[in-house]
Amino acid sequence: MSLDRKIAYINLTTGDVKSKPIPVSIRKRFIGGRGLDAYLLYNHAPKGVDPLSPDNPLIISGGLLTATCASATARTHVMAKSPLTGLLGSANMGGFFAPELAWAGFHHLVITGKAKNPVYLFIHDGKIEIRDASGLWGKMTTDTQWAIREELGDDEIKSCVIGPAGENLVAFANVMTGIKNSGGRTGMGCVMGSKNLKAVAARGTMDIKIAHPMEALEFNKRFIDQITSAKVNQTQGTLGTPFIWGATNCWGGLRTRNFQYNQLEYADDIEPERLDEIATETMGPYHMTGCFGCQVHCRAQYRIPSGPYAGKYDEGPEYTSLGAFGSEPGCTSAETVLTGNYLVDQFGMDNLETGSIIAWAMELYEEGILTDKHTDGIDLRFGNDKALLKMVERICYRKGWLGDTLADGGIPAAEKIGKNSFDYLIQVKGMNNLHSDERATPALALNIATASRGSDHLRSRPAIDLYHLPEEVLRKIYSSPVPYNGPLSSEHTSYEGKAWMVFWQENCYMAVDCLGICKYHTTFLGATLPNFEDWPKVIYYNTGIEVTPEELWTVAERCNMIERMFNIREGLTRNDLKKGDTLNHRYFDEPCKRGAPDVIGMCIDREKFDKMIDEFYEYKGLDKNGKPKAATLKRLGLDNEPSRQL
Amino acid sequence: METLGKVLMIDYEKCTGCRLCELVCTVKHDGISNPMRSRIRVMKWESEGLYIPMSCQQCQDAPCMKACPVKAISMNACLGRVEVDYDVCIGCRTCVSVCPFGAMSFNTVDRKVFKCDLCDGDPQCVRFCEVKALTYVDAGDVSLIKKKTAAHRISVAGKEAVSAYAAL
Repeated sequence: MSLDRKIAYINLTTGDVKSKPIPVSIRKRFIGGRGLDAYLLYNHAPKGVDPLSPDNPLIISGGLLTATCASATARTHVMAKSPLTGLLGSANMGGFFAPELAWAGFHHLVITGKAKNPVYLFIHDGKIEIRDASGLWGKMTTDTQWAIREELGDDEIKSCVIGPAGENLVAFANVMTGIKNSGGRTGMGCVMGSKNLKAVAARGTMDIKIAHPMEALEFNKRFIDQITSAKVNQTQGTLGTPFIWGATNCWGGLRTRNFQYNQLEYADDIEPERLDEIATETMGPYHMTGCFGCQVHCRAQYRIPSGPYAGKYDEGPEYTSLGAFGSEPGCTSAETVLTGNYLVDQFGMDNLETGSIIAWAMELYEEGILTDKHTDGIDLRFGNDKALLKMVERICYRKGWLGDTLADGGIPAAEKIGKNSFDYLIQVKGMNNLHSDERATPALALNIATASRGSDHLRSRPAIDLYHLPEEVLRKIYSSPVPYNGPLSSEHTSYEGKAWMVFWQENCYMAVDCLGICKYHTTFLGATLPNFEDWPKVIYYNTGIEVTPEELWTVAERCNMIERMFNIREGLTRNDLKKGDTLNHRYFDEPCKRGAPDVIGMCIDREKFDKMIDEFYEYKGLDKNGKPKAATLKRLGLDNEPSRQL
Repeated sequence: METLGKVLMIDYEKCTGCRLCELVCTVKHDGISNPMRSRIRVMKWESEGLYIPMSCQQCQDAPCMKACPVKAISMNACLGRVEVDYDVCIGCRTCVSVCPFGAMSFNTVDRKVFKCDLCDGDPQCVRFCEVKALTYVDAGDVSLIKKKTAAHRISVAGKEAVSAYAAL
């Protein structure tokens, strides 16, 4: 049964390992995955803890439905206080790790302390071993995983690991599993590195009993049919996420040359169809692969076709790698994108943050704020592919003044570089924005400004806002499971009703993260995909827990609120440019220079934006400063936190 | 009977490596999720992007059937499958040793051998495999599909040869 999967507490300083069952009463309040992680973080992280200190708990988990019969239940969640933002650190990845952890008997690992020498954990059918990893230190992410399998003599072991970037405490280092599945945002790999923890390996052969197996099987078939019949998922299954990049670029929604433009020109070589050709040429016609149990199979497999890394195997590139090594630095070569993607995967470094921070440095270089003296003579102009790839390596190994400076993350780097460099940094809460440009889309701008882990599209983005769906369709989606009678607009440039859409999506994504299901299986890119009405059935058939759509909504609200409480405790205030719910001034002051007629000339209206934030706070039950109201905490049963029940 | 002569065909090139087949196999047969107890397993070479599902081939002259010391294994011609009679089976695992495909496994929970039974004619792995790496087809058609694929390769090669010749 999913419900008998345990939580383990591992102290790397003392070597103590304890495990506890997770009471159903807590499950009903926080479900599992990201939601329960947030509860654990709020309860176990001392207020104001240094993210790199042994006291910062690193939490790795699977969701309530991980490895059960509920479409794609592959997601692994990683949480800690972030060394990049000083606020909530939270990252989510696909692959095969979380199911293996669940078969090994665990849903959550709370890792504290710091090992004297490099170690890795081996979790096997209810047992947890701390093992020496000195032979693994320095290895790339994939080699680390294969070396663990060889050492333990078992090819079925699945590990999540750090690469050299995590070891070198790069503030945006990943936790990774498989070839490219990345817990990429907020520097969770850096926290893992600070604990001298190279990897967590899992191997499980314990049954997970399905409460109502035949019903679960039949419902899963229906669920999968619904998911794979969505056109957006069919396209994902052929071209992968690059198709979104291609479409967004045509329209003019991509941050280009840091934040100077919103469309990359002459990009034929990195259009999704071209990347598909390369994948076909190097890996054959059936080159798509997927995570555990998933029928969307959205990632391509490829070998780098040319250049110094020709022949190297990797998966992707994703939407974000195209931004990181394409539009943001203004590069247009497939070889560069595929090589950059390969490097960050091997180093274990967030592609998004890496590309964004280099693009920022490029703008500073062109503005004369950074000079050849800072770059060690590297010609850091936009569109210089070689300089871009060189900087990726320099950041990972903290080589040179600039490599070392950028490895600390945007805000510390801006403080070190000085002058007005901070003004050019496209970040929220210290985390750089992905490469999308939200100036023409107020809903998306509100999403990145208020996302709990800093500028991010996977926390509350109403992506379907871009489809201009009829109002009736929007109303059907957004007025369930709780009623909503306010305005809703099909127009993506409007500010009307967008706060509610963002609030709804925030709860939707939280629920899906608690369950351990992928966002492509819910109302993210497709308007016809399952959400609150369908999940209670899946939960019941697989676990036997009865929960209504409304209850699930409240759980999501509660989990989002505890993330908010953590952020407030660590210093979030509404208008703080470094730790607040606001955007870089360029969103308000610089209109879009390129793109379709509904994009060009657009920027965010400060007054309307502030009003949207007010509305959003109102829905969430926050006061004008963004702090939870006492009545809200009472309603959500959070008035006694930290309650230290787990 | 409709299933007469049908076989499970594996086209490994199409496999995405998601292992849903393993999951639905154990849910259907045992009401659990646990790949160790699945009758079908996807063997993976992740560093090369190679995934190959392995299951029972339902051999006509099955080594497991031959080697079984108590004659617990027989061919069910109607369903086109090799099956184990658990009333007779002594759990000696000789069949596990002799199977050239590793398709006979031993379940450490029930302490019994187990193998693919084609879900009595409605294999769930096939039903859930959207990319059709697994199909359940008439045995006679198996080579026809392969013939057509090979023929296509020849036709493409032929065209390329002609254009190469023309370019000379």
